[in-house]
Amino acid sequence: MAPDSLGPGTMEEHLGKTDLVVRFAGEAGVVTSAESLAATAAQAGYHVQTYATFPSQILGGPVHTQVHISTSPTLSDGDDVDVLVAFSEEAFNSHKDALVTDGVIIYNSGEFDPPGDSHSFGLPFDEIAKEVGNARASNMVVLGAIAPLANFPLEALKDYVTRRFTRGRPGDEQIVNANSQALDRGATAAHNSGFHLTELDPPIRPDYEQIMISGNAAIAVGAVQGGLDFYAGYPISPATTILVWMEHNLVGEGRFTYQVASEIEAIGAIIGAGYNGSKSMTATSGPGVALMSEGLGFAWMAEIPCVVVDVQRGGPATGLPTKTEQSDLFACMYPAHGDARMPVIAPGTVEECFYAGALAVNWAERYQGPVMLMTEMQQAERSQNIPKPDLSKVIATPREVYKGANGYQRYESDELGPMPLPGGPGAYVANASEHDGMGDSTHLPIRHVRGMERRFGKLKLLNDGPYEIENADAGIAVMPWGGSKGTVREAYLRLRDEGVDLGWLYAMTLHPLPDAISKELAGKELVIVPELNYQGQWSRLLRSDGYRATSITQYTGLPFKVRDLVDQIKQAIEIHRGGKVLV
Amino acid sequence: MSARNPEYDFKWCPGCGDFGVRRALEWAMQEHAEKTETPMSNSVIIAGIGCSGNLVHLVEGDQPFGVHGIHGRSLPVAFGVKQARPETNTIVVAGDGDFLSIGAEHIGPAAQRNVDITCVIMDNGVYGLTKGQASPTTIFGTLTSSTPFGKLEASVKPFEQYLAHGVSFIGSHYSSRPRDLARLIGEAMDHKGFSIVHVQSPCTTYNDTFDLLKGNKKAGIAPLVYDVPEDHDPSDKNAAEAVARAPGVPLGVIYREERPTLEDLQEDLRKKARSRTAEEMIATYSI
Repeated sequence: MAPDSLGPGTMEEHLGKTDLVVRFAGEAGVVTSAESLAATAAQAGYHVQTYATFPSQILGGPVHTQVHISTSPTLSDGDDVDVLVAFSEEAFNSHKDALVTDGVIIYNSGEFDPPGDSHSFGLPFDEIAKEVGNARASNMVVLGAIAPLANFPLEALKDYVTRRFTRGRPGDEQIVNANSQALDRGATAAHNSGFHLTELDPPIRPDYEQIMISGNAAIAVGAVQGGLDFYAGYPISPATTILVWMEHNLVGEGRFTYQVASEIEAIGAIIGAGYNGSKSMTATSGPGVALMSEGLGFAWMAEIPCVVVDVQRGGPATGLPTKTEQSDLFACMYPAHGDARMPVIAPGTVEECFYAGALAVNWAERYQGPVMLMTEMQQAERSQNIPKPDLSKVIATPREVYKGANGYQRYESDELGPMPLPGGPGAYVANASEHDGMGDSTHLPIRHVRGMERRFGKLKLLNDGPYEIENADAGIAVMPWGGSKGTVREAYLRLRDEGVDLGWLYAMTLHPLPDAISKELAGKELVIVPELNYQGQWSRLLRSDGYRATSITQYTGLPFKVRDLVDQIKQAIEIHRGGKVLV
Repeated sequence: MSARNPEYDFKWCPGCGDFGVRRALEWAMQEHAEKTETPMSNSVIIAGIGCSGNLVHLVEGDQPFGVHGIHGRSLPVAFGVKQARPETNTIVVAGDGDFLSIGAEHIGPAAQRNVDITCVIMDNGVYGLTKGQASPTTIFGTLTSSTPFGKLEASVKPFEQYLAHGVSFIGSHYSSRPRDLARLIGEAMDHKGFSIVHVQSPCTTYNDTFDLLKGNKKAGIAPLVYDVPEDHDPSDKNAAEAVARAPGVPLGVIYREERPTLEDLQEDLRKKARSRTAEEMIATYSI
């Protein structure tokens, strides 16, 4: 079992007393297996989150997925693996070292037979599936085998199978029966193997309504709740799932989604739609942000509301298309040439993804300009059961449309006014050149000065981002950003349990920062930022704003491990206390 | 909009073809507004960069809305404008550099979608605003500031390109007959689908082709422009291709094809697809 009993947490949430981490490794079927197990565990009342990593190809290649099941809300993917399911010999060899000392490996003995050890037992997944009459039921053989090992309820898996395959089609019953038999066969084999794990505690069923959703889907639903009308996008990993979601869901009266011909077209289209009254959005990844940079400058200059979601992957250039990284912060904060600094929202959990989607659309309307929403591959693909979002907390900001007489000077004042809408009064030019009150080009120095101050000045309207401050008295604080939040949170809670005097700072909005966070940052002797990039991008930005910050960096294309962070945060504190200069 | 704005300091050179194009577009928009009983403000002119782009600021009389964006990206912006509210009369103005060089990648998708946008292209065969470099339609071998030994590239053949992309309305004209040009632009606005009116609009400073276009008897120059023959059938693609390949500058409609617009298809689709609230969407993720 994964380390349990870390002691009572001092905060609202606690580290799981009992956790089970299952990894599926191989080529085929690992995604389905993980999704099925996660869905079942959530249904049974556990907290779950999934992690997936793929190669950049259509089919096959080394894939692995991981399910972290816990009796309390999950924060991380889980450092160590309790059960490894190896579909191939390559998978067995690559992942066996991730196993905890008393963990178990289930391998596909129909494929290969590793040298005997005390951790593994073989099951011919595919043969058993064929024997029960459904060649596609091998996943269920595997899940059936996991259940008795960890005292995971087999009945929950059977319920899941019944629900999943009862689709009102002829042959449903046969499919359900075959899959149910597959579960039994797997369970029996595991039972007879003599292996077992420490028992998983029974679930503590949450007393609130839940949904099970991925980070990308949560952003999409949130944007719809924010009143999204128009979406334009171009396929790119790992943002494509948002485009596909929108194509299926952002339809009907007054709404539309369009797959355009490039990211350059996407940014142009959402600017055009934003200008003509639609709340508009696109989602892309690093290469797409690069192509959108000129358009983002245009939207900033002409003050057109629109949202760009950057689902980060490894970079630069084509980089690591299917791996996770947080290395686009510079690119998103300053995508454009000239003086411009984008509002940046970076949700840190799947639940926050929902609220961030809505906030991004609302911010774009409120300050009349482009908003960047940053997430990353790890969080985009992560499925998690989260409290059902409270829609009453998310009110869509309406477009303020100008209704006065012609001759309106949209850009004249230092304060924002309503936007004229084509067909109505107040015709003006949305201009990428420096302009006067009505949007006509001008070279006058005073216009550039006033335009610049207006564009930066209105950022003050966006200081209502959610944030967290804990143990504010500590001189040193840890401050994660984006999707590393959960893993850093788990490390923070462990350190606090160990008695380390460490503060916690977190803001979902990196620019502008909430005033309370800026004030806290100013008072810290050191802020430690764990982030998945080489340059330590967030701590550099914090230092450039005058705060004392240093980074813990990792650039492997993989997420942090809690254990590593615990060590590295301690080390950073020791170095600081030793008076060494941190850069 | 310059009349009301003394700060606006951009000027076209005296005699620039763009003056005629602007007047023609004003007339076409006014007539369109009257015909459709919509206000002038229902038209949006979207421009990129170049002398052509300044047309947005120079419209006189009743004011349309305008976008003066970045180089080459007018079609994507126009696409978004049209998607947001299909009732908007969406017009792109661009030069040959803006439209056929940096922005050329956007012509194909717009044509294939048959999105209901009208483009008015001011072709002067040169980059004028940056003071006289070779453009896509500059003729092979021409000496310009950026081709001091002569242009090494063949010039773009706009009409052949438009036809190959499937542009559903292709008109050709020149800037010296604004009344006729206005009628042609009006036809393009009436056309349901993606339309391009490609206008020879000479640059009097860097590439003055007025004599070549109109002809000059004294100098022994035969005119390049000619009226598209009355028996030309614009719905016949082969005939259109023959006109596109022929020497000279045809005046009139080269090609016209009636087919569903993107807006038509989307309207049908909207009737089939049910719009759901965020609450209903969330319900699909319930445990």
